[in-house]
Amino acid sequence: MRALYDRITALVFALGLLIAVAVPVPSAAGPYEDALAGFTTDDFADTFDAIDAVVASGNPLATPVLEALQDSRLQFSAAEKKVFIKTKDAALLDAATGQPAAGPPPADLENVRLNNRLRGALNGAIGALTLMAPDPARRLSAAQSVFRTRDATVLPAVEKALEAETNARVKKALNEARAAIIVLAEDSSADDKIAAIAVIRERSDQESLALMAGLPANLAPEVRAAATDAVAKIQSNLAIWRTVQNFWYGLSLGSVLLLAAIGLAITFGVMGVINMAHGEMVMLGAYTTYVVQEFIRTRFPELFDYSLAFALPLAFMFAGAVGILIERTVIRYLYGRPLETLLATWGISLVLMQAVRAVFGPTNKEVGNPSWMSGAFDLGGILITYNRMWIIIFTGIVFVALLAMLRYTRLGLEMRAVTQNRQMAAAVGIRTARIDALTFGLGSGIAGIAGVALSQIDNVSPNLGQGYIIDSFMVVVFGGVGNLWGTLVGALTLGIANKFLEPFAGAVLAKIAILVFIILFIQKRPRGMFALKGRAIEA
Amino acid sequence: MLTSRHPLIHLLDRGAVLFLVLLGAFAIAIPVLNLLVPAESGFHVSTYLVSLFGKYVCYGLLALSIDLIWGYVGILSLGHGAFFALGGYAMGMYLMRQIGTRGVYADPILPDFMVFLNWKELPFFWYFFDHFAYAALMVLLVPGLLAFVFGWFAFRSRVTGVYLSIITQALTYALLLAFFRNDFGFGGNNGLTDFKDILGFNVQSEATRNSLFFISCLMLAICFLICRAIVTSKFGKVLVAIRDAESRTRFLGYRVEAYKLFVFTLSACMAGIAGALYVPQVGIINPGEFAPANSIEAVIWVAVGGRGTLTGAVLGAFVVNYAKTYFTSGFLAEYWLFMLGALFIGTTLFMPRGIIGTYNHWRANRAERKDAERDGAPPLASPSAAE
Repeated sequence: MRALYDRITALVFALGLLIAVAVPVPSAAGPYEDALAGFTTDDFADTFDAIDAVVASGNPLATPVLEALQDSRLQFSAAEKKVFIKTKDAALLDAATGQPAAGPPPADLENVRLNNRLRGALNGAIGALTLMAPDPARRLSAAQSVFRTRDATVLPAVEKALEAETNARVKKALNEARAAIIVLAEDSSADDKIAAIAVIRERSDQESLALMAGLPANLAPEVRAAATDAVAKIQSNLAIWRTVQNFWYGLSLGSVLLLAAIGLAITFGVMGVINMAHGEMVMLGAYTTYVVQEFIRTRFPELFDYSLAFALPLAFMFAGAVGILIERTVIRYLYGRPLETLLATWGISLVLMQAVRAVFGPTNKEVGNPSWMSGAFDLGGILITYNRMWIIIFTGIVFVALLAMLRYTRLGLEMRAVTQNRQMAAAVGIRTARIDALTFGLGSGIAGIAGVALSQIDNVSPNLGQGYIIDSFMVVVFGGVGNLWGTLVGALTLGIANKFLEPFAGAVLAKIAILVFIILFIQKRPRGMFALKGRAIEA
Repeated sequence: MLTSRHPLIHLLDRGAVLFLVLLGAFAIAIPVLNLLVPAESGFHVSTYLVSLFGKYVCYGLLALSIDLIWGYVGILSLGHGAFFALGGYAMGMYLMRQIGTRGVYADPILPDFMVFLNWKELPFFWYFFDHFAYAALMVLLVPGLLAFVFGWFAFRSRVTGVYLSIITQALTYALLLAFFRNDFGFGGNNGLTDFKDILGFNVQSEATRNSLFFISCLMLAICFLICRAIVTSKFGKVLVAIRDAESRTRFLGYRVEAYKLFVFTLSACMAGIAGALYVPQVGIINPGEFAPANSIEAVIWVAVGGRGTLTGAVLGAFVVNYAKTYFTSGFLAEYWLFMLGALFIGTTLFMPRGIIGTYNHWRANRAERKDAERDGAPPLASPSAAE
């Protein structure tokens, strides 16, 4: 792994050099070559000047040379007055041309030495160079790193870059970097500083807050006032974003809970059966994803990004089939005895877990994120990861689809009828046994597709389902039975409440608080928030 | 079950007497075989086995407490492990305080884990736990109080059936999470362990272990008698009525909540005693005892032995745990969960009455047939007792 990594960096480096070389290099001894000579004297002061001169030359080889210097890979021969770049795989390049050095390496090859002052200058110089890099992403990250280091020596480079910059985002970052330097600089005027503070205030993140809070004490009063004002503004801004972020995390957790609980809600609602093996259906779905991905990885690696599209129907069918099997072989003999069903399904969950452990081993399996689900983007002050976002969207789709199914299909109609009054439904000719099997299959199938989604954010292990089962029960019990909206509201409320409690109480206490809350809530409304009305339910 | 053919149900029917005799024989035989029979003899019982059997007896007591509420009142608690563990922690706290300066950090007051966490003084809830009497009181009081408060809320709001099961599970899960925390003050993840002595006797010594075993058997017998006394009384008839038709019992004028609350609290106290006897024999108590899976497993002991029979619950605890010890120590270890799972499914599907219940049922049927034959009538389909 390490060797591969080295080789790749070497390759990238070599490619960079090739590109650099493709640009016509001034053949005669220009400012760049003169600058290089400064490295051959083995004198810190000369090296210092040489760094500046190399940057000033604008030669495309400047970056590789300075980076080599930073990594102690820049070597010189005092006798031949030549400078060489040692690549990571120990090849020697002539720093003047970027070509591999001709002939055998000189006998007196030595590293160009650095001291701390030089290292500082070097960092600034490389920063300045990358501020002008052709790739906007590199310029952006360079500007952001300047904002963090607030190195006064790069100020001229920042200003120069600012003039040339056309990309709006980079320009903003450069402006902020400039402001950060000015605010801290001893010699800038009060007006400049106030203007700079305004720029930083607009940035409004944790870093700008740290910068504002860390200002030196000897400020002019008006600057001090502006800074205090900015701190307050940033803080209130951050508080808003924190709330938004908590809300987002809560939504994300809530959607996961909803996915895990919705199948449970259906089976519980229609059949009055607590399915303790529900979590294992989720686990089976996650393992289906794993198997599908492994198959695709070995046979059709180009389809990897679509693996979830294959996994979804398969997980639904597999978990659904297992669910129907369980219903037909065990649960149908236990109707009217909900507590026994609870024990039997717990037994099933033990068997399923152990079976998966026997087949796949007890360790976590790696399920990859397709490219469109990895990564993240900034939305204002919060970071949104694609996988969380897609899971929220996916949950929404599943919920709506299920709602539509219950509302508009024959099966849905019959399911609702059985939920409301089993005897009457049977009396008007609904085959309740068939509905039971299908309902159980549907609930399990949905658990299966929940497993596909959860495989993207959680460890796929035989214990995956156990982690969700109690939370799912809480959602169903809290939301009420026989109404999907109850499940939705229950899941989102619990998810969001959990995330809002976490900053004060910590993750574990938040969870305990939620559990205690539900235990108390059940006392007030024993049938959940959205209880079905009527005598049919009161057995 | 309760429907004996005799109109008068005595406190000690044949099954109860048989149970007490067997338990007494067990309680005396094991220590005798351990202490008096030489180690090389084939009849010698090792000290390890004494503690193992002691553990089973504690499980038996836990199962008994579950049977009292599940078998006779129809309350399926999936959180009884919580009361067991709380009793265990109360005893563990006493044992921790007894370590004194013999701990790794040799602090006379603070247990090792508090020193390790850099705590300066004993939290208030650890006060007085160096007195055995106080700890023993807490063994009863803490689970009992929790059950009382919990039950008071739950039964008054008429939370029943699976809802009650689920929130009892939530209760033990919440406690599990809480006890895992270091700052909760009960040793966090590692729990309480490294016990030295109990009432001045070394917990490791053979004599102490045998005494603990004997005391466990004694407590089981006492609790069994208490349960018998309850279920054979008029009070017990009301409990069964609640189990079979709660609303009807309420309409007849009984305060269903009060009945339930009393039995639930009593049952929690018994579970607490079981936990307290369990801890010195296994030498450790940690938050894992709160795991919902443990509570559910305890329920299956009752189901296997036969719910609503009391003796069956104890028998079930012995049988299942013996099987567990046997299977998890050999090459069959990885199949144990399959077997446990199959036990859950098989018992509920094929033997819902459990071992004792099935036997009683079979005997009742046979007697029925005999009666019918004697009367010269053709054998009728057996009127099976209502579930």
